[in-house]
Amino acid sequence: MREVHCDKIIKAVKEIAIKANYELPQDVVYAFQSAVEKEESPIGKEVLKQILLNAQTAKEEQMAYCQDTGVAVLFVEIGQDVHVVGGSLVDALNEGIRQAYTEGYLRASMVYDPVFERKNTKDNTPAVIHFFIVPGDKIRITFAPKGAGSENTSRLAMLKPADGWEGVKRFVLETVKLAGPNACPPLTVGVGIGGNFEYCALLSKKALLRKTGERSKDPVARRIEEELIEDINKLGLGPMGFGGTVTAVDVRVELYPCHIASLPVAVNVQCHASRHAEVEL
Amino acid sequence: MEKRLFTPLTDQVIEELRVGDKVLLNGYIYTARDAAHKRMVEAISNGDMPPFDMKGQVIYYVGPTPPKPGQVIGSAGPTTAIRMDKYVEPLLKLGLKGMIGKGYRSTQVKELLKKYKAVYFAAVGGVAVLLAKSIKSSEVIAYEDLGTEAIRRLYVEDFPVIVANDIYGGDVFEEGRRKFARIEI
Ligand code: SF4
Repeated sequence: MREVHCDKIIKAVKEIAIKANYELPQDVVYAFQSAVEKEESPIGKEVLKQILLNAQTAKEEQMAYCQDTGVAVLFVEIGQDVHVVGGSLVDALNEGIRQAYTEGYLRASMVYDPVFERKNTKDNTPAVIHFFIVPGDKIRITFAPKGAGSENTSRLAMLKPADGWEGVKRFVLETVKLAGPNACPPLTVGVGIGGNFEYCALLSKKALLRKTGERSKDPVARRIEEELIEDINKLGLGPMGFGGTVTAVDVRVELYPCHIASLPVAVNVQCHASRHAEVEL
Repeated sequence: MEKRLFTPLTDQVIEELRVGDKVLLNGYIYTARDAAHKRMVEAISNGDMPPFDMKGQVIYYVGPTPPKPGQVIGSAGPTTAIRMDKYVEPLLKLGLKGMIGKGYRSTQVKELLKKYKAVYFAAVGGVAVLLAKSIKSSEVIAYEDLGTEAIRRLYVEDFPVIVANDIYGGDVFEEGRRKFARIEI
């Protein structure tokens, strides 16, 4: 069995966590560049140009693109033929995050107790970690920090099967409209449909990891994505909600079978700080 | 055309501001977000004074990243304003004139702006590196234990904001959206 040492994991997580916070992925930058052309509102165009300049400056000066360096979300795909040695995998992942946030000048935004004392953990741990077992002997780690401004506007509904596509679409559009400027548009909207309560939320988040403009391979999901992009951009919110024709640069849909009595829908709203970086070990 | 304003702000300046005006702020402003607001408002309700004189001042809702060596401040964009709505009135009562954040305010805060003659400015969310460039000095003046949420006094030069809510009931987001909305839901 192939072995991967925890020290290697710590180092890799630290690197991708810093990189993701300093450098917006190229596909996201391209999406904003083409949005400048598409946007009809002058103030909207101006905001998009500022966003692009911010991305460029953050990368050049190696600074956090946004001050909200987010909850540290990790997607870890573990090959079933790989063996982690030298300690606990979860501890290694958190250690990588801790080092990235304390040594990379990133903001510590996590509090221990969510309701009462709300005392800061000071190093942005613990991370939120999702594990997936996959074939092969590699470990693939994707880091996607998520700011609260957009995460707080995300929603989930357990619709009735009779609500159908009309109901699903209405819920997605309502979520985007309510999110408005609070979520720092232009947005990327991740939609999970099906599964159950918790799985559909995870699908909506997973949808955000695809590249901008990369349509689903599933023909139904693809059709839905195209319809939603068009309608979301008719809502008129525009960049930063000042009014305009580019409210979202992308919508990605993930579908999953569900119970005969259910129609779960989750909408994960992603702001323009659509940050992620990945590594394979 | 941009209006260049200097803090502290007077009633007369506030009266001249209209939704959509582009403003370049200059002078001292103060940072505070969720935890600092909670503490300030608790202090006020216990009969104590908040850590700085509110009269004519502007609060910037921000929790910056730590500065790298040699930097004044790290990345410093606005946070969502509506989370502070619950704490706004006691501060306005003490003379606060402006707030900088991102996103909508509640109807209640819009009414308070009329009542106390104050404005809400929106900064572009997420352009945190660019906004930090307008901040020329930063000093923690209270609640240091809150880390990023401590109260800082910032000196800003031409800090770019837009009047989002004025004292006449206008709302930049509502007006902007209505102009471009092609469907209503
Ligand atoms: S919503 Fe996104 S861009 Fe806006 S402040 Fe939060 S992390 Fe930054």
